Amino acid sequence: MSRTPAAEHPHGKRNDMGRTAPPSRLRGEGLTLAYDQRTIAEDLTVAIPDDSFTVIVGPNACGKSTLLRALARMLRPRAGRVLLDGAELHSRPARQVARTLGLLPQSSTAPDGITVADLVARGRYPHQGLLRQWSRLDERAVRASMEATGVAALADRYVDELSGGQRQRVWIAMAIAQQTPLLLLDEPTTYLDIQHQIDVLDLCAQLHEEQGRTLVAVLHDLNHAARYATHLIALRDGRVVAQGPPGEIVTADLVHEVFGLRCQVIPDPETGTPLVVPAARRRAAV
Amino acid sequence: MSVLRVVRWGRTSLRYRPRALAVGAACALLALALGVLAVGSGEYPLAPADVLRTLAGQGHPADAFIVRDVRLPRVITALAVGAALALAGALFQSLTRNPLGSPDILGFTAGAATGALVVIVLVGGSSLALAGGAVAGGLLTGVLIYALAWRHGLHGYRLVLTGIGVLAILTGVNGYLLTRAQITEAGRAVLWLTGSLDGRGWDSAGPLLVALAALLPPVVASARALHLLELGDDAAAALGVPVERLRLALLAAAVLLASFAAAAAGPVAFVALTAPQLARRMTRAPGPNLLPSACLGAALLVGADLLAQRAFPGHLLPVGVVTGLVGGGYLVWLLATERRAGRI
Amino acid sequence: MTLTQPSETRRGPVARPRGPRRTRGGRGAARAAGLLAALLLLAVVVVLSIAVGAKQLPLGTVWPGLTDPASAQYTVVHEMRLPRTLLGLTAGLALGLAGGVMQALTRNPLADPGLLGINAGASAAVVSAIAFLGVGAYSGYVWFAFAGAAAVSVLLYTVGGGRGATPARLALAGAALNAALLSYVNAVMLIDAASLDRMRFWTVGSLASARLDVVAQLAPFVAAGTALALALARPLNAMALGDDSATALGARPGRARAGAVVAVTLLVGAATAACGPIVFVGLIVPHLVRSLTGPDLRWLLPYCAVLAPVLLLGADVLGRVLGRPGELQVGIVTAVLGGPLFLHFVRRRRVARA
Repeated sequence: MSRTPAAEHPHGKRNDMGRTAPPSRLRGEGLTLAYDQRTIAEDLTVAIPDDSFTVIVGPNACGKSTLLRALARMLRPRAGRVLLDGAELHSRPARQVARTLGLLPQSSTAPDGITVADLVARGRYPHQGLLRQWSRLDERAVRASMEATGVAALADRYVDELSGGQRQRVWIAMAIAQQTPLLLLDEPTTYLDIQHQIDVLDLCAQLHEEQGRTLVAVLHDLNHAARYATHLIALRDGRVVAQGPPGEIVTADLVHEVFGLRCQVIPDPETGTPLVVPAARRRAAV
Repeated sequence: MSVLRVVRWGRTSLRYRPRALAVGAACALLALALGVLAVGSGEYPLAPADVLRTLAGQGHPADAFIVRDVRLPRVITALAVGAALALAGALFQSLTRNPLGSPDILGFTAGAATGALVVIVLVGGSSLALAGGAVAGGLLTGVLIYALAWRHGLHGYRLVLTGIGVLAILTGVNGYLLTRAQITEAGRAVLWLTGSLDGRGWDSAGPLLVALAALLPPVVASARALHLLELGDDAAAALGVPVERLRLALLAAAVLLASFAAAAAGPVAFVALTAPQLARRMTRAPGPNLLPSACLGAALLVGADLLAQRAFPGHLLPVGVVTGLVGGGYLVWLLATERRAGRI
Repeated sequence: MTLTQPSETRRGPVARPRGPRRTRGGRGAARAAGLLAALLLLAVVVVLSIAVGAKQLPLGTVWPGLTDPASAQYTVVHEMRLPRTLLGLTAGLALGLAGGVMQALTRNPLADPGLLGINAGASAAVVSAIAFLGVGAYSGYVWFAFAGAAAVSVLLYTVGGGRGATPARLALAGAALNAALLSYVNAVMLIDAASLDRMRFWTVGSLASARLDVVAQLAPFVAAGTALALALARPLNAMALGDDSATALGARPGRARAGAVVAVTLLVGAATAACGPIVFVGLIVPHLVRSLTGPDLRWLLPYCAVLAPVLLLGADVLGRVLGRPGELQVGIVTAVLGGPLFLHFVRRRRVARA
C-alpha cells in the first residue's frame, strides 16, 4: 500500500519509498497552478505511469481538471514544470507535442454543418502540412478510429444532429485519430446518461488494453474510477492524498479523508474492484 | 454536404472540395464579367468585346484612354475592395464564431472613418492623406479594441462587445466631426462615410492591391489552422495550433485588409457581413471559405457599383448606398433564420 | 421579495433576487430618502442648465429670470434655456425609463435603446419623413419616430426573445441593425443635399433646437409611457424569475410584455423625435441605479426617471462648457462619456461569456 497520510507530508509530496518508480513519459514537478489571483495547487508533483489508465478523482474544486489542463499544456504553471519525455512541455513546438500528447477537452464546439468524418479528420492536423494535406496514413487513421469508436456508420451525418452520447464518441474518435501514445480526457462522461457513461468508459478501457495507449482521465464518479483505472490519483485541495492501484488505496478512510463521506468499501460483485457504498442516514434494522 | 477530394503525387497530397472550387471559380468569373461590363458602361458605352480588345492593347486609342485611365482603375478598386472586405469579414466571423461578427459592426471600419474624417475636417488634406488617415484610424482602433478585450486570452464575445462599445463612441466622435465641418466638406465627408468609388484612380487602387498581395497568401495558408480554431481553443491547442499567436496574426491581417479597403473606397457597408455568409451557403462547406468569399465579395461590390450608377438616372449614387440597402434587407433575413437555428 | 427560487438559470442582475429582506420598513425609508436626494440633485442640475451657456447667468438671477417678466434675464431664460432644460428633463426621463424597462424585459444588462438600434429606427423613419414627405415640424415627425421605434423594438423583441438570446448576441443583433439603419440615413442625406444640413445636427442628438411647443407636444406621449412603465414594475418584477414562475405568481407575461414594448416605443419614439438619437443614457442609468436600489423595479424605475435627466442635463451642460464658444451636442457627450463605462461593464462582468 502506497498511501501516506497527508499530515506527514505537508506539501502533499510523496515519494514511492520502498517501490521503484514506474517509468513515466509525462510528469509534473513542483507545479504551482493558479487562475488570476486564485491559487489552485502549490508544489504539486505527479507522474503518469506509462501504459496505465490513470484516473484523477477528488471533490469539486480540488484542482483535478486544473492539473489535467496543466499536463495538457492548456495552462502554464506559475512555478514548476511539466515534462514530456524529459523535455519541458512549453518549450517544445506545439505541433510536435500534439503528435505525442492528445487531449479531449471538457467543452468543444462543433462548427455548423460539419460532418462526422470531417470532424474526425481534423484530428490529423499535427501530422499534416501545407503540401501534405491528406496522406494514405491519414485516411487509414481516420477510418480506424471511427471503427474503434463505432461511429463509422455515422460518417456522413452532421455532428449537430447526433445525440449527446454519439457526439462524445465522435470527439473521442477525433482525439484517437491524432494517434498519440498519450491521451488526456477531461471529464469525458459529464452530461451523459448512465448507459452512455459506461459505454464511453468501456471504450477507453478498450483503447488502453488493445492499443496500448496511456490514458489519463478526470472522472467525477469514484466507483467508475475504481472500476476502470489501473492507477488512481486522489486529490484534495490541490494535494495528492494517495495514488496507486484502486484495489490498494480505495478504503473507507481514504474516501472520508478525500470526500468527507462516511461509507463502506465492498468488492464490486462484477469485477472485484472496490465499490464505495455511502453510509445511510438511518441504517436499516439488521 | 460537400464532398472532399484528394490529389496525390508521391508524398505530396492536396485536399479540396469540388463544390467550393466550382463556386469560387464561378464567383471569380462573375466578378470579371461584371468588371468588363462596368468598364464598358457609362456616358460613352463600349461593347464587352471592344473592352476586351482594348484591354488586350488592340483597341482604338480613344477607347484605350477611357478604358485604361478612367474606368479600369475604378473597376479594379471595386474588385479589390470587395475581395479585401469579404476576406476580412470571413476572418472576423470565424474568429468571433458569430455570423454577425464583421469588421463594420465591430467598429473597425468606423475607426478608419474617424481617421479619414479627421483628415477631411481638421486637416483638409489630399486623397492620399485621407487614405493614410483611414489606415491609421483603422489600425489604431484595432489595437485599442484588442488591448481592451484581451484578458487572459481573447474570447470571442468580449471582442464583440468591446467592438460594439468602441463603435458607439466612434459614432459619436464621427457625428461631432461632421458638425464641425463646413457644408461642402460635410458633403464630401458623408459621401466618404457611405463608401463611394467615384473618381478612384490608380493611386487609390495601388496601396490596396499591394496589401492584398502581401496578406492573401499567408491568410489562405493559415486556413487549415483556422478550421481547427472553430472547434474551441482547447481542442485547437491540443491539436498543436498556437492559438493566441494565430488569432493575433489573423486579427491583424483582417484589420489591415478592412482598413486598406476603407482607405480606398470608404467603409462600404455590409460586404464584409454578407459575402462570407452567402459564400458559405453556396459552397455548403463548414469553415471560413476564404477564397470563395473573396471572389464573391469582389463580384458583389462591382455589381453594386454598376447598379448604383445605373439604377437612378440623373443621380450618382455612391456604391455604399446600394450595399447598405441590400445588406440591410439581407441582415433582417439573417437575423430571422439565425434565430430559428438558435444561434442568436 | 419573498419569492420562490428562479426556475431559469439565465441570470442577469435583474433576475437575481437578493435574499429575504430583513427590515422592510428601514430599507423602504432609506430608498425614499435616496429618491428625495436624487430629486434635489435634479433641481441643482436644472438650475445649472438654466444658468450655464454662451451668456452666463449668475445663479442668483435664475429665479427672477423664471418668474419676473421685468427681469433682464427673462427673455434668455424663457426663449432659450427653459425649453432646452424642459426638453432635457423629458427626454432624459423617457430614455432612462425605457432603458430600465428594456433591461428587465429582455433580462439583458446590456439592453439600451441606442445600442439596440431603436433610436436608429426612429431616426431612419424621421429622416425619410423629412426628405421624402417634406415633413418639417415635430408634430409631423413624431409619428414617424413612433413607427420606426416600434418596428425595431418588435423586430428586436422577436429576435431577442429566442431561447439562445444571450446579452452579447442581442447586443450584436442590435449593432447590426444600427449599422443598417445608419447607412440608410446616410444614403437619404446624400440623395437630398438640402436636408443634409439639418439632419447632420439632428442625427447626433441635440437639445439645442428646443422650443416650448415641441416640449408640450412631447409631454403627453412621455407621460403615457411613464405611467405604463411604472404600472408594469410589478409584473416585470415577477417575470425576472422566468415566465413560468411569473405565471405561477399570478402575473400575465404575455400582456406585460406587450405593454412593455408599447411603453418603450412611446418613450423612445417621443424622445428621439425631439432630440435625435442619444445612446448610453438608457444603459448606464439603470446600471448605476441598480447598485443603489437592488433589482426591485418598483424602486428602480422611479430612480431611473429622476437620475436619467440628471445625466442628460449634466451632459448637456458639460457640452456647453467644453464646446465654448459653441457647444458639443449632448448625444456626442453621452456617447463619449458612456462608451468607456460600457467597456468597463464588459471587462468586469461575466456577460462577455456567451
